[in-house]
Amino acid sequence: MRYIEPHGHMVSRTTDDYEAMITAGCRAVCEPAFWAGYDRSGPQGFYDYFCQLTDYEPKRAAKFGLPHFTWLCINPKESEDVQLAQEVIALIPQFLDRPNVLGIGEIGLNKNTRNELKVLEQHIDLAARHEQLILVHTPHLEDKFKGTRLILDALLADSRIKPDRCIIDHVEEHTIQMVLDAGFWAGITLYPESKTTPPRAIDMFEVYGGQRVWLNSACDWGRSDPLAVPKTAIEMRRRGHSEETIDRLVFQNPIRFLGQNPRFDVR
Amino acid sequence: MTRQNILDLYFMDARSKLIDIAAFLDRVDRGEGEPDFRLAAFRKALEELQRGEPVRARRVLLSLSDPTTEPIAKAPGKGAVGAWPGQEAH
Repeated sequence: MRYIEPHGHMVSRTTDDYEAMITAGCRAVCEPAFWAGYDRSGPQGFYDYFCQLTDYEPKRAAKFGLPHFTWLCINPKESEDVQLAQEVIALIPQFLDRPNVLGIGEIGLNKNTRNELKVLEQHIDLAARHEQLILVHTPHLEDKFKGTRLILDALLADSRIKPDRCIIDHVEEHTIQMVLDAGFWAGITLYPESKTTPPRAIDMFEVYGGQRVWLNSACDWGRSDPLAVPKTAIEMRRRGHSEETIDRLVFQNPIRFLGQNPRFDVR
Repeated sequence: MTRQNILDLYFMDARSKLIDIAAFLDRVDRGEGEPDFRLAAFRKALEELQRGEPVRARRVLLSLSDPTTEPIAKAPGKGAVGAWPGQEAH
């Protein structure tokens, strides 16, 4: 088996996880910028984090033979402070030329506030001005349905944004249809409790099709499994899906989306 | 897959989760004090399981979701609790 982990917060994982992923067939890992579990005290903290994502972490992954890519932003969980967000967004352009940067992400909403929406629009503008791919985080649990609608409206309101260059992540059964209908890619996140289990992810794949869908573990410092994607591939085998179908979903689809940035040269 | 295949693959897992839900509701009933809005939301979501169409997962998720469309003025915190507390909570 070969697969891409298109969404993993590796700075909070151990080297054992890197070993396990490469052993399971992982060919590349992509790490969106996210919330550290606490609020950073100022823009300098983000500068250091962006250095970690673009310099130190790819070197750590390379020790295990795993290409490491990243996405940059201020995560929606810290977007309520608009002034801080603007200062952080101003830092990002100087990192966009680094060789492992794929785009702007994971941007989006958390509690669906006016300030979060304002910062989302500023991220969208940044991506449009620099012709970057976009990776979107949709809110958790009870906030997901409303937040997904607000996010799609914000993206579609900007005529510079091409939906097929944006992936809307963490979709579930109540949001996947609207994402695909609007022409975006959809990311299905595999978590032990929230988001989606492997059987539900495969249900969505079977019901809605796999043309513009990827699977990811979004492994981080919380309850999550860096091997969730290959485990779901095994579940697909149990259901009788062919090796070609599995490969298309867990390997070829991420390459089709991420390959829109020529830096993502995994083949 | 045939319905028989699906039962063979998933019945025991679904049975286990069903009993977990039953035990959870029993546990809540045995507890003391007043429950918050989550219990009523949970019971309402359970009603969606009785519907005859194969969109139960979607309906359960919608049942637990914020149905409003306007962004709120200020975040009440960073986390989510799994059920919408209602308009008055904002």
